[in-house]
Amino acid sequence: MSLALAVGLQALTGVAMLLIISLGLAVIFGMMRVINLAHGEFLMLGGYSAILAVRHGVNIWVAMLVVAPLVVGLLGALVERLVIRRLYGRMVDTMLATWGLSLALIGFVSMIFGNTVGGFSAPLGSVDVGGFYTSAYSLFLVFAAALMVGAVWLVLRRTPFGLLARGTMQNPEMASALGVATERVYAVTFAAGAALSGLAGGLIAPLSGVVPTMGTAYIAKAFITVITGGAAMLAGTLSASVLLGGVGVLATFLTTPVLGEVVLLAVAIILVRLLPHGITGRFFRRAL
Amino acid sequence: MSRRNAIEIVTAALLAAVVALVLPRVAELFVLINATVFVSMAILALSLALIWGFGGILCFGQTAFFGLGGYAYAVAALNLGDSTYAVPIALAVPAVAALALGYFMFYGRISDVYIGAITLTVSLILFNFANSTAGDQWHIGEAPLGGFNGIPSTPQLNIPGDPDATLSPQAIFVVAVVCLASCYILSRLVLASQFGRIVVAIRENEARAELLGYDARRYKLGIFTLGGLIGGLAGVLFANCVFVSPTMFSLFYSGQVIIWVMVGGVGTLFGPILGAMLLQGLTTWAGTLPGINPNAVLGVILMLAVLLMPMGLLPGATAVLGGLRRGTAP
Amino acid sequence: MSLSRRNALRSLAAASATLAAPAIFRHAALGADPITVVGIHDASGGLDIYGQPMIACLDFAVDEVNAGGGLLGREIKLINYDPQSNIQLYTQFATQAATSDHAAVVHGGITSASREAIRPILRRYKTLYFYNTQYEGGVCDRNCFCTGSTPAQNVESLVPYIMKKWGKKVYIVAADYNYGQITSKWLTKYTRDGGGDVVAVEFFPLNVTDFGPTIQKIQQAKPDMVISALVGGAHVSFYRQWAAAGMKSRIPMASTTFGGGNESLLLSPEEGDGIVVAFSYFQEVDNPANKAFLEKFHAKLGAKAPYLGGELAMRTYTGFNLWAAGVRKAGSIDRIKVIEALETGIGVDGPPGRTVLDGKTNHVSLDVYFAEVQNHGFKILEHFADRPPADTASVCDLAAHPNTDKQFVVDVKI
Repeated sequence: MSLALAVGLQALTGVAMLLIISLGLAVIFGMMRVINLAHGEFLMLGGYSAILAVRHGVNIWVAMLVVAPLVVGLLGALVERLVIRRLYGRMVDTMLATWGLSLALIGFVSMIFGNTVGGFSAPLGSVDVGGFYTSAYSLFLVFAAALMVGAVWLVLRRTPFGLLARGTMQNPEMASALGVATERVYAVTFAAGAALSGLAGGLIAPLSGVVPTMGTAYIAKAFITVITGGAAMLAGTLSASVLLGGVGVLATFLTTPVLGEVVLLAVAIILVRLLPHGITGRFFRRAL
Repeated sequence: MSRRNAIEIVTAALLAAVVALVLPRVAELFVLINATVFVSMAILALSLALIWGFGGILCFGQTAFFGLGGYAYAVAALNLGDSTYAVPIALAVPAVAALALGYFMFYGRISDVYIGAITLTVSLILFNFANSTAGDQWHIGEAPLGGFNGIPSTPQLNIPGDPDATLSPQAIFVVAVVCLASCYILSRLVLASQFGRIVVAIRENEARAELLGYDARRYKLGIFTLGGLIGGLAGVLFANCVFVSPTMFSLFYSGQVIIWVMVGGVGTLFGPILGAMLLQGLTTWAGTLPGINPNAVLGVILMLAVLLMPMGLLPGATAVLGGLRRGTAP
Repeated sequence: MSLSRRNALRSLAAASATLAAPAIFRHAALGADPITVVGIHDASGGLDIYGQPMIACLDFAVDEVNAGGGLLGREIKLINYDPQSNIQLYTQFATQAATSDHAAVVHGGITSASREAIRPILRRYKTLYFYNTQYEGGVCDRNCFCTGSTPAQNVESLVPYIMKKWGKKVYIVAADYNYGQITSKWLTKYTRDGGGDVVAVEFFPLNVTDFGPTIQKIQQAKPDMVISALVGGAHVSFYRQWAAAGMKSRIPMASTTFGGGNESLLLSPEEGDGIVVAFSYFQEVDNPANKAFLEKFHAKLGAKAPYLGGELAMRTYTGFNLWAAGVRKAGSIDRIKVIEALETGIGVDGPPGRTVLDGKTNHVSLDVYFAEVQNHGFKILEHFADRPPADTASVCDLAAHPNTDKQFVVDVKI
């Protein structure tokens, strides 16, 4: 029984992890039809910002939850200005450009920081769940994931900006004709998505550690999660994370980490085949 | 076939003949071996140029076929002790894989970015699988799969029917150049045929092509399978100058191929070949520079290429030259 | 005249072989030019945590010899290539080193995969090769000198030591490639030899970063200790997540790989302290030679000096000096003469202690240290002098069979 509980918790953490690393990508894809392949490096920069802030005496929570999203959000605004804005409507070109950005960021970060930046350990210690110890921090991640999704939902549903953003997402021409500054909406959205990625980077830094190449470990998974989820960014990412993350963790637990990964990927392929426009192409279509 | 097409094919054949005859005589051995790698990469770029540039199918996992070709060759050659039949096997495996995957995708009416996601995922699965075969239990016949290390004992090509007569690096270079030229000519011929024109028509407007009575799924499947086969051939050649290992399936290579095609020019055949050669050279050269991270160089080039030269190197250059000839600013 | 295709290809092959010949025999006419030494180590990509300190030590070793008047009165010219953690570039640079740079020796390769990529090339083009990394053992090739430690040198003594300390139930986590696979077999063998029990062996591909399920599995198995043979940047997260789950104070851990790169620097003291490891060198080794070396090393590199945690960087320094000793003894850089000189059993004294070449296996006898991670560094626990490469020696005898060219997989009797 306690083992089942422990596995259940693991699965929950796995789902939360997937959600956290995908949300920034999902917001940008869902709102702008832009696939940001530098997403992994935004995570990495979030991690670096948090670590450097902690090094300079900033409180660890402030570093993770404030500094990391702020820095990466600003970078996102800059990238939008210099690169993304020139390529609106050209999905493949944006993917390639952001991918170039991804390689360049890996390169420059390695040149500036080298490969050894001591991390910080996860706060909160460990908890005993039915005889199995697990880190309290990974439970906090579940909470943080829920909070992130909730915040995005609130902004979109309950704020004036959210209304403009949803309008722009549904019909940019119409929104523009009605006087919405769609360019500004896109700029803010991209920066916000980047900030979410930065926050994710700050959050996972204590568990995964931070090296310049860490983004490559996450980008493919985040990309697959978002695509499997489909057009509705919150419902899609949430349902895809639950399905893929849950199945992945269970398979890892029952077999080996490799098979767990393979099962996760195979499920994604089958999902996309059965639901060619993602989960939310068929279910939860009216959701966000 | 148009006259221009005929000229291009003859030029390609002549160019290949000159390179194959002259380079082995003048170049140092290491230049030749590197050139063989470059040529195999150029073939890979060509395979994606067909699928993406002409079929309009953005395949993020072209390395799946590249790796399958390499592994099939290595496993078959090790088991048979002779590369004569290993080569056709190594071409059949990726072609069949492409056929199956293509059927799965196109007949499921999956399109644009979802194709990207599926092909990427397939190459990731193969990468993960190949990486996890280090244990003794993983072997196919005589050939251990070797996991992360791959199969360092990948045999060299031999003269068909004569297992003892393995080809020298010089001869393999010649074989590679001949392969590249043949693939290029084959692609030109295919694109000039009715099949090729319909494929391009589907890329331009799938709905219109379907309304005209063409089954888009069949044509996409056809070009995808051809691309898979050519990608597999690239894998065989790569296996001959390096050796097969899971990196052949890696995101790194899938990425590189897309960069080559993009920089060279999507929608051309020669551009991606050129892009592959130039950027391979650049990556190798960047490895000899102290203090410069090659990723930074490649990344900046890719970004600039997309922003400043969205058509790619070859069409860009052609446009500039055309502009000069007409005496106008480009 | 009937010219069949087969004949045509064959004559083509023959013709090109004659063409290539001059390129291979051009070594002879070097005169008083500098001696070219090539280093091939990953300075970028995922393996750079190992590569960069190795490059720093090779640079340092070359400068040291040059400052002392060079070798045989000739200056040494070092060319460093960065294969960017990419096997394809390893083969390209190895070919370049052998056929274009005409290197007297190539030092390099980090993973076994990279070694197996360049070893056959350097053998084919008759260029001497030094592989200076701790590895799984078994390479038997007269052209290739392996100067790192192998399982019989570190694992064999480490396992009884920790079993005495912690208990008999062992859980092994290892990297899923041939180093991890083979090392885990040795770990299993030595555990059973000591009357212990291996409850599970689990393998992880090099890119795995999530160890949550495994940590639960380990708790379910309740071992007395965990032994890790995990490798590379991604696997560092195992130690992190282990500590975060509060397991560090509950189940002790030993490792055959921790600290080979910069793992001890990446982890905070709360996460890393207490892990027991075995290598043939630690920066903290306390002897006059090491003290002198570190003083010079830091004086030259200043703040840029990397931390020399495990043995990889130091083995590179020692490997280069072994080669230099071979050249001095041979009085020539001719490959065969240097190999013969080295095979007489040359030894060098240095920071890690005395390293002596074993002419039968082209591996080395070396000193092994046990240490415990302490505040980003290591505290030396034990010192064993002069450990022979017994694993490779049980399968490889180059004196009797000089033409052997393979990596034996030592058949571990479990």
